[in-house]
Amino acid sequence: MITAAVPEREDYLNVSHGLKSWLLTKDHKRIGLLYLATITLFFFLGGVFATVIRIELLTPGGGLVSSETYNKLFTMHGVTMIFFFLLPSIPAVFGNFFLPMMIGARDLAFPRINLLSWYLLVVGGLFALFAMLAGGVDTGWTFYTPYSTTYSNTWVIATALGIFVAGFSSILTGLNFIVTIHRMRAPGMTWFRMPLFVWAHYATALIQVLGTPVLAVTIVLVFCERVFHIGIFDPALGGDPVLFQHLFWFYSHPAVYIMILPAMGVVSELVSTFSRKAIFGYRIVAFSSVAIAVLGFLVWGHHMFVSGQSLFAGMAFSFLSYFVAIPSAIKVFNWTATLYKGSISYATPMLYAFGFIGLFTMGGLTGLFVAALGIDVHVTDTYFVVAHFHYIMVGGAIMGYMGGLHYWWPKMTGRMYPEGWAKLSALVIFLGFNLTFFPQFILGYLGMPRRYHTYPAEFQILHVLSTAGASVLAVGYAIPMIYFAWSLRYGKVAGANPWGATGLEWKTASPPPLHNFDKIPVVTHDAYDYSTVVGEAVEVG
Amino acid sequence: MTEHIDSIRTYALVLLALLVLTAVTTLVAFVDLGEFSVVVALAIAVCKMLLVALFFMHVRHSTKLTKLVLLGGLLWLVILLMLTLSDFTTRGWIGVPGR
Repeated sequence: MITAAVPEREDYLNVSHGLKSWLLTKDHKRIGLLYLATITLFFFLGGVFATVIRIELLTPGGGLVSSETYNKLFTMHGVTMIFFFLLPSIPAVFGNFFLPMMIGARDLAFPRINLLSWYLLVVGGLFALFAMLAGGVDTGWTFYTPYSTTYSNTWVIATALGIFVAGFSSILTGLNFIVTIHRMRAPGMTWFRMPLFVWAHYATALIQVLGTPVLAVTIVLVFCERVFHIGIFDPALGGDPVLFQHLFWFYSHPAVYIMILPAMGVVSELVSTFSRKAIFGYRIVAFSSVAIAVLGFLVWGHHMFVSGQSLFAGMAFSFLSYFVAIPSAIKVFNWTATLYKGSISYATPMLYAFGFIGLFTMGGLTGLFVAALGIDVHVTDTYFVVAHFHYIMVGGAIMGYMGGLHYWWPKMTGRMYPEGWAKLSALVIFLGFNLTFFPQFILGYLGMPRRYHTYPAEFQILHVLSTAGASVLAVGYAIPMIYFAWSLRYGKVAGANPWGATGLEWKTASPPPLHNFDKIPVVTHDAYDYSTVVGEAVEVG
Repeated sequence: MTEHIDSIRTYALVLLALLVLTAVTTLVAFVDLGEFSVVVALAIAVCKMLLVALFFMHVRHSTKLTKLVLLGGLLWLVILLMLTLSDFTTRGWIGVPGR
């Protein structure tokens, strides 16, 4: 029998070839992959800094690096992880790739600006990288004045300039998302039919657009004082050092929600897909994202209880901080309620979703501890705070990121990852994470300050546990790097909808064609209506 | 959507107003008004900002959504200033023990 050769189906990956086709692409999906490669490199770099920090802390004497080098290490760990990995992570990779697909659009509203924002991140990253190679920066990722403006002899301006440029990447991405969600929804895709991932990104984009410019202004002011000695923050020149902290945290507290809200959006998709139920209380979960974005702007002073901020302002900020707990708790309770009587399957993305819910809850509840004026005075600048924000940023945001990466990997690449290895690594990451950071809660409560590389001998056992956990965590992150690379060639070919999920991104081929859909879909159902996918292939391990 | 275009005359008048206000700002800076120096300077700045936004940036003839975006930005600026001042203006209200 003679059969004609089947022509290779055209998708966004094989439609054009060569470096130029990637570096000048306007396709949101390819730009998403450019971001994925970029932030993976920065994640690795930040991880290297963390590794040296944890090895240094194995012994109380601090023999591995000098105090000055240690200051640079934790600064560069923070700068790299926050500005060049976490802030772009989920929005720039999965938001870019899937937000247009989820609302039935062919691309983002401004494809060229989208590419520009990737270049801005790269240029900002190169500035920061230059500063690190030239000698590093030692101010802490917070750049507090007067140290950053007057005393530090390290590469403050180069690093700050990198963050300044990368900030515009974030603003433009946010702007693109807002316009896309307003203008590009498919016929029938009403606001309350949008997946909760899209709602979460809408809220995130509001923060990116409203908050990031203030960071840019603050960096310019630091520059003006450091270089031209214009009195903004230095009392000797007529300035106020606490003003820096106000401006910095006006952006940097909401920035935590730029990291966690998209992860919450991912978790909403995962919990629904793997319990095959609509999210309990869809509208309240959607509104809670917007509420977190708005309330997140009213609480920044809780970072400044011991800064010299007035006690009255401290009380006001402490009081306001508790309000953020309400929409956060709504999400956790509603995800849990969604599981009730759901048809739950324990595929890898769902394991990450469970990890997120548990770890985010611990990070959030310890957030209430540090929002309380009295307790915060005791634990300010201790490892308790370090543990708290790592439970939010690593236990929350990175768990969401890893969950999303596994969930959408078949759509992005057309291949399945190996489920057994993936489950194993999810478990290793969960155990390694807790072993790393839980001892830090105890360390901090006992009085171990952050940013010190020598400490009293009685803290050593907890530091050794933490370093052991970090080693386990490193293995947990290394395994996916290997099997994802392996799956590109050897992974099982994925169908259009391997999870039996409801989102529009699953209604098109894997990997998707260049313009996402052969025909723009017409939406006739609410999000998470599983009656629409009855009978579709489910390849849940 | 048709774009409303103001006459050249309108733009010229707005430009003139902006230049006059700039001159006023400079002149006022030489007069000692005590605490009110800042108030007057900021009041003039707000007038200029409104002129630019309403006429040059066409907000006057824009959709309600555009106006909402502008008001949102202003509201966020108010949040930044108000909560920062809630610290600065109240530092003497409650004494710190031991000081």
